[in-house]
Amino acid sequence: MIEIQNVHKSFGDLEVVKGVSLTVEKGEVVSIIGGSGSGKSTLLMCINGLEPIQKGSIRVDGVEVHDKATDLNRLRQRIGIVFQQWNAFPHLTVLENVMLAPRKVLGKSKQEAEALAVQQLTHVGLGDKLKTFPGKLSGGQQQRMAIARALAMSPDYMLFDEATSALDPQLVGEVLDTMRMLAEDGMTMVLVTHEIRFARDVSDRVAFFRNGLVHEIGAPDQVIGNPLQPETAAFLKSVK
Amino acid sequence: MFDYTFQWRSALRALPDMLQGALVTFETAALSMIFGVLIALALTLMREGTQPVLRGFANGWVSIARNTPSLFQIYILYFGLGSLGLHVSSWIALLAGITFNNAGYLAENFRGGLKAVPTTQMRAARSLGMSAFQAYRMIIIPQLLRVVFYPLTNQMVWAVLMTSLGVIVGLNNDLTGVTQDYNVKTFRTFEYFALAAGLYYLIAKAIVGLARLMAWRLFRY
Repeated sequence: MIEIQNVHKSFGDLEVVKGVSLTVEKGEVVSIIGGSGSGKSTLLMCINGLEPIQKGSIRVDGVEVHDKATDLNRLRQRIGIVFQQWNAFPHLTVLENVMLAPRKVLGKSKQEAEALAVQQLTHVGLGDKLKTFPGKLSGGQQQRMAIARALAMSPDYMLFDEATSALDPQLVGEVLDTMRMLAEDGMTMVLVTHEIRFARDVSDRVAFFRNGLVHEIGAPDQVIGNPLQPETAAFLKSVK
Repeated sequence: MFDYTFQWRSALRALPDMLQGALVTFETAALSMIFGVLIALALTLMREGTQPVLRGFANGWVSIARNTPSLFQIYILYFGLGSLGLHVSSWIALLAGITFNNAGYLAENFRGGLKAVPTTQMRAARSLGMSAFQAYRMIIIPQLLRVVFYPLTNQMVWAVLMTSLGVIVGLNNDLTGVTQDYNVKTFRTFEYFALAAGLYYLIAKAIVGLARLMAWRLFRY
């Protein structure tokens, strides 16, 4: 369970997250939608401690993320994240990209890590690209590789930071399909996304962020289908 | 009137000794590069870090190494330390001097190279649970080495040429030392130094060629 309580986050003088509280239950899929600058991506970076927070608390399975005593490297093994700019390691093959962390962080043997990586890559449809370098792949393929790389750590949680925003429109579908597959497998997921229809399909709950706060949260059919707040309705209309 | 008779034959007789010297020259340069790269990496990390003492130390090193003549750097290591009672051999003084110089120049190259590796790479590595050290070793530095590979090759060539400064601290078994020995014995300055220059040229060219080959093997992406 991810418990976010009254989190404030600033970059210099600019406060981007202004007291967000949100709980994500085990097995739940929560989508965060909202305009750019609403603090949704920043919050995601705070969940696995890639960004420090100024106030409030974030707990993952009871572990205080922003406590100095917390071993963040340990914690991050259980929280996978997929970035907007996929961030493939360009100097490693697809297989090596996925094998690296299981070997070096989890201490698995080469054979084990390789078997695991092949399994994950096959799962996302890249079984025939093992020896390819990421530079030779399309954006969609690189993003699916990034998903496999995160999944190879067998995380309990997966965070997606606008995973399809940097992709050509015709490549969005393949990545969304991979994410949908993951949601159906029961993975606990937090998605920051601009794919409203997708959010409605896969989410258990949808949160609309505005000005660094949760403006509206609820079942997808309610928040997206019949929003209570006029700002939510206005946002949804603008992205249609 | 031009009345000098070239004596190439006597110079060529010295070739085996000079090749022996060339080997010492190459080994010294190679060692200075190995140490230089390692120190430069350390200096780069110190300059990126937040520790003011380490940052000051690293900045000072880079600044002195790049802004003083390399001849002085070797001279001071040999005679300067000698006058303080610290006696080092000519070869050690030369190796230390060139290493000092290499580390300074390379650290500056590495800093530029580091800027060329996106910060998101670090982020992605850390998000997989890697420690900062692991992320540098397995993700950042391999990419950095590609960016700085050609400057690195240049520095290696420069290191080979700098070894010729060993002669000022009395080194007599490297290529310049051997050449100088023959020169003072025969006064056939032009012939011996022309031959030595040819050998330096070949070493430098071989390094560049080898580096091309290595780059082709190493950087598969």
